[in-house]
Amino acid sequence: MAEPATELTLDSASLLAAEEHEIAIVGRSPWYLAWRRLRRNWVALFALLVFVLIVLACALAPVYAKHVAHTGPNEVHAGEKVIVSGKPKEVVGGGSFYDPKTNDFVVKPPEYLGPTWWHADGRFVLGTDNLGRDVAVRLLYGGRNSLMIGIGSALICTFVAVFLALLAGYNRGWTDWVVTRFFDLIWAFPVLLLAIALSSALAVNGFHHFGISIEPGSLWIPTLVISYVLIPYIGRPLRGQILSLREKEFVESAIGAGAGPLRVMFSDLLPNIASTVLVFFTLIIAANILTEAGLSFLGAGVRLPDPSWGNLIASGEDQIQTAPWLSLVPGIAIVLTVLSLNIFGDGLRDALDPRAKVRIEH
Amino acid sequence: MLSFVIRRLIGMVAVLFAVSILVFIIFILIPGGDPAERMAGKNPTPENIQNIREKWGFDKPFYVQYVRMMQKAGTGLLPGTHGEYDILRSFDTRQDVVAEIKKGIPATFSLCIGAGIIWLVFGILVGVISAVKAGRWSDRAITILALIGISMPVFWLGIVLRYFFAETRTWFPDGGYVPLSEDPAQWMYHLILPWFCLAVLFIGFYGRVLRSNMLDTMNEDYVRTARAKGLPPGRVLGRHVLRNSLIPIVSLFGLDFAAVLGGGAILTETVFDLKGVGWYAAQSVGGLDLPPIMGVTLYGAFFIVVFSAAVDFAYAYLDPRIRPT
Repeated sequence: MAEPATELTLDSASLLAAEEHEIAIVGRSPWYLAWRRLRRNWVALFALLVFVLIVLACALAPVYAKHVAHTGPNEVHAGEKVIVSGKPKEVVGGGSFYDPKTNDFVVKPPEYLGPTWWHADGRFVLGTDNLGRDVAVRLLYGGRNSLMIGIGSALICTFVAVFLALLAGYNRGWTDWVVTRFFDLIWAFPVLLLAIALSSALAVNGFHHFGISIEPGSLWIPTLVISYVLIPYIGRPLRGQILSLREKEFVESAIGAGAGPLRVMFSDLLPNIASTVLVFFTLIIAANILTEAGLSFLGAGVRLPDPSWGNLIASGEDQIQTAPWLSLVPGIAIVLTVLSLNIFGDGLRDALDPRAKVRIEH
Repeated sequence: MLSFVIRRLIGMVAVLFAVSILVFIIFILIPGGDPAERMAGKNPTPENIQNIREKWGFDKPFYVQYVRMMQKAGTGLLPGTHGEYDILRSFDTRQDVVAEIKKGIPATFSLCIGAGIIWLVFGILVGVISAVKAGRWSDRAITILALIGISMPVFWLGIVLRYFFAETRTWFPDGGYVPLSEDPAQWMYHLILPWFCLAVLFIGFYGRVLRSNMLDTMNEDYVRTARAKGLPPGRVLGRHVLRNSLIPIVSLFGLDFAAVLGGGAILTETVFDLKGVGWYAAQSVGGLDLPPIMGVTLYGAFFIVVFSAAVDFAYAYLDPRIRPT
């Protein structure tokens, strides 16, 4: 027989320590420990700040458009004049006009108003495009669309992937087989091609089945398409993790204590993968924003005249010689957003589980 | 080993079948409506529509359309006749999709093979340097550069490269593709920017993966043993650390390379006007001309499925530990 009195367990040790110092030792949750680690990683926190600022700026796009730029995202100002540093300047100059001296039409290459920074009272801060639209306003509205699609599809994608992974990992057997085949099927396509295929097929007539009705131009199309094509990228690693957790004793004991499948899935298994899911969620937003940009660049995502960062780059490509800012600025916005998310995601992973190897391939 | 190969091959055929069904559902069932009416133009006569419907087989049941499509997709790449049906032709130009894909293959392969070599070599180099210098400023600089590399939209990088190196300065040709058989020097000259552009994302990604793999391996007991028995550091690094850390890189490379060959380079091809397979699909997106996109999607999935089976075989051959019985 063992002698319990002489065995110094962790509990009795802390009890002794508490008696000695007359303070109870506070149990620290893993989340608190992770936060302590994250708090010291100022690069990751700075990245989070940058991302939050970008989201705020894009969310406030209508305010900026109304009170600072005094224009809308699709409002055309070609032929108008703006006062820049006290001097009137044409928004879109050049083009063909009549010259009375030679009695002939003169064709001049178009000249677009470049970035005025703050010299025109907040109008055309980042210049104009070929139709005389305010680039800064379109950039913010485009960011709103890009971020909505990126975050929205990340939410849907993570939710579905976690659900499928729980279902497959808990039930095993044929449920697991079906879910794995489903992942394999999506996995068999190049991500961007499948997304293009789905969104152009949906763009013909929209989607009107099973009581769901989506119009061809809706933002739901890119959102759903992107979340669909990226499901296996989260679902596969999570399923593996749950399969191994399923073998652990605590699951067995929960089932032995009479817990039903839903209880085991959501209160025993889910908390154990929560930190992985959180990191994946951060990184998948970045991946989704890049995918959306690629789709919109090819014309299969957000459709013009509605702006998104991807299609702003695409429509600026033709004028890159005369107005390089049209393509450069939205690209910089994408790089900043995705970079800040990737840095923060890395920091989050290091804080939550320094030994974990969570990453997203795309 | 033989039973593994056979089972893997059967699995491969099953996935290919499922892929073809999914592609068919996406392009024929989801759009709905009558494709003949969409194709016939603005003021079609009923005879006109009926004509198209019969010629393209839209009046046939779905399974007949499916079998015809697969026949054409399967035999179209071979020389000879391509079937008498008008299925898998562009709605707009009425060109044969399979023949157009065949035309794009040289450009796509040139782009992908060159970029693949670049990203593998530089990815390994970046990973090794930052693992060896872990924690120092050169590691930090490389880590940040790698992060920027994976955070850049590839098409934007292409536009920027074109703008700075081919348009404001004319160091490189401004897009386009010259066949290798025509002029090898010009072929390479035209491909340098696209190669680099496509490779950047993967260099960053592989560098990061390899760095963390190598750092893990460096803590293994056998590495300590190798050091303790007095091997020179370079030999420990090359023989013991790098060799083991490269295993996941090899499988990543197989799959990424297949994805890029199968149309994953669509953005790079579009930006640099390389008339490859992905470029062909991208041209059809604006006009919602579905058959070319359908053909390229099928072709891309085919490449990935076949390549991932090949990667599994290579793995099983190289590493007996993971060979399933």
